[in-house]
Amino acid sequence: MTETASKRLLVLGAGTAGTMVANKVLHKLPDWSVTVIDRDDVHDYQPGYLFIPFGMNTPKQIRKTSSHFVDSKANLVFGELTKIDPHAQSVALSDGRSFEYDYLVIATGTTPRPDQTPGMLGDEWHRSVGEFYTYEGSVSLSRRLADMTSGKLVVHICELPIKCPVAPLEFAFLADDFFRRKGVRDAIDITFVTPLDGAFTKPVASRELGALLEQKNIHVEPDFMVESIDQEAHLLMSYDGREVPYDQLVTVPVNMGADVIAASGLGDELNYVPVDKHTMRSTEFDTIFALGDAGNLPTSKAGSVAHFSVEVWLDNFIDLVSGKPMSEAFDGHANCFVETGNGKALLLDFNYETEPLTGTFPLPKVGPMHLLRESKANHAGKLAFRHIYWHALLPGRPLGLPAAMSMSGKEVPPAVETVTKPNIPTF
Amino acid sequence: MPTTTIAGRTLDVNEEGFMTNPEQWDEALGAELAKLIGVDMTEAHWAPIRFLRSDFAVQHETPTLRRVSTQAGIPVKDLFALFPGKPAKKMAYVAGLPKPKGCV
Repeated sequence: MTETASKRLLVLGAGTAGTMVANKVLHKLPDWSVTVIDRDDVHDYQPGYLFIPFGMNTPKQIRKTSSHFVDSKANLVFGELTKIDPHAQSVALSDGRSFEYDYLVIATGTTPRPDQTPGMLGDEWHRSVGEFYTYEGSVSLSRRLADMTSGKLVVHICELPIKCPVAPLEFAFLADDFFRRKGVRDAIDITFVTPLDGAFTKPVASRELGALLEQKNIHVEPDFMVESIDQEAHLLMSYDGREVPYDQLVTVPVNMGADVIAASGLGDELNYVPVDKHTMRSTEFDTIFALGDAGNLPTSKAGSVAHFSVEVWLDNFIDLVSGKPMSEAFDGHANCFVETGNGKALLLDFNYETEPLTGTFPLPKVGPMHLLRESKANHAGKLAFRHIYWHALLPGRPLGLPAAMSMSGKEVPPAVETVTKPNIPTF
Repeated sequence: MPTTTIAGRTLDVNEEGFMTNPEQWDEALGAELAKLIGVDMTEAHWAPIRFLRSDFAVQHETPTLRRVSTQAGIPVKDLFALFPGKPAKKMAYVAGLPKPKGCV
């Protein structure tokens, strides 16, 4: 046991990061007082939202109670957060309760905000204007897709960053597979509308994923910044005057951090807490950390990032409360399975410095997983992860996956030839 | 690191032609860069470019369209009118800054 004065840790949010933090801290610092505050007692396995519309997970498999997963030694509180006072080191709830802390972990995640795009909310919300980033949205889409036999399906990203940035691509791939199995794929157009200039942000992954989209006859509408949605005309409209018609829209609304972060003056323009990218410590307040999707780390907002960064954070936190300098640095490691349909998936493994590359994972040549290439083993890995999540990850058991990314098995592309006379960029 | 010559100045650029050394930039050069991509700079154009430069100096990152619109108070619609098509990239080019990172 580590020798530290027993203190109070307050954790905002009982999602992936918050639950792991509470459980891991109480394991290492059993004398600490740990309080976890969440809005309600619901914990969803969020990667399952992608599978529900296609009947690959049932709603029951992905929804459980939070209290079941948070260490019973923690004080689990339900309520609406209204204000964080970083100077007084206290947090207020809408019902008048307040909680003081010695250290605060903000793990309030990121939330889809359909109110940010004119015309998105309205009578057709969760009908012809669908989404799969909430439980309700996902369940309603399963009914919509089951009934769809022809027309235009448009999968759309409003703005980055979003939680799990590969999920919209996966949705398009799974929809292709779903309609193919139903025998109606020929009668359904699938279009992928993105604010990026290609399938993905990074060159190698964009090339590989772009090729898959083409192969599956999914049309890409790039550089599309949505201005509004016309629910009556069934049109998606961009700032530069383009219109994309749809029969069924599957949009990913603007994602934003929690309102309490904005109300407390702790966030950037999207309510994310500015943090040091290696320690997840607030750049403003030494007693505040933001973990999971709540901070502004320049890597994917994803469960794997929450997982790896919490492990690094824990080692640092033990250092810190023992009066030592924090010795670990998070590298931005993300590890994401990308469902591509037909019982296959590919795998992305990357960090701040290294973009997703091709190769094998975790071992050179033998894998068994393939990076950026479709395989059944990758798909099996993705499906199995739900069990690992509930039974090992949330309780804080070690998974045997190193937090730091490894270059082992990765194929490094040759350096780009030096351009002596660069062109003027094409826009 | 490739270089290029614009308006008689030797500039460090990346393979796409975006400047990689913000120190080599001034507004006279910005106006030249704008011409190369077909933009005639007016005061309305300079407002977001000046915001990009001052924000980059503090954040060390090129601001996104959302950040320009919320922090500098210039509606996204106006940015599209000033720098048609791809305002985020065009503004970064004119301001001599890296392309804003599409987050992974």
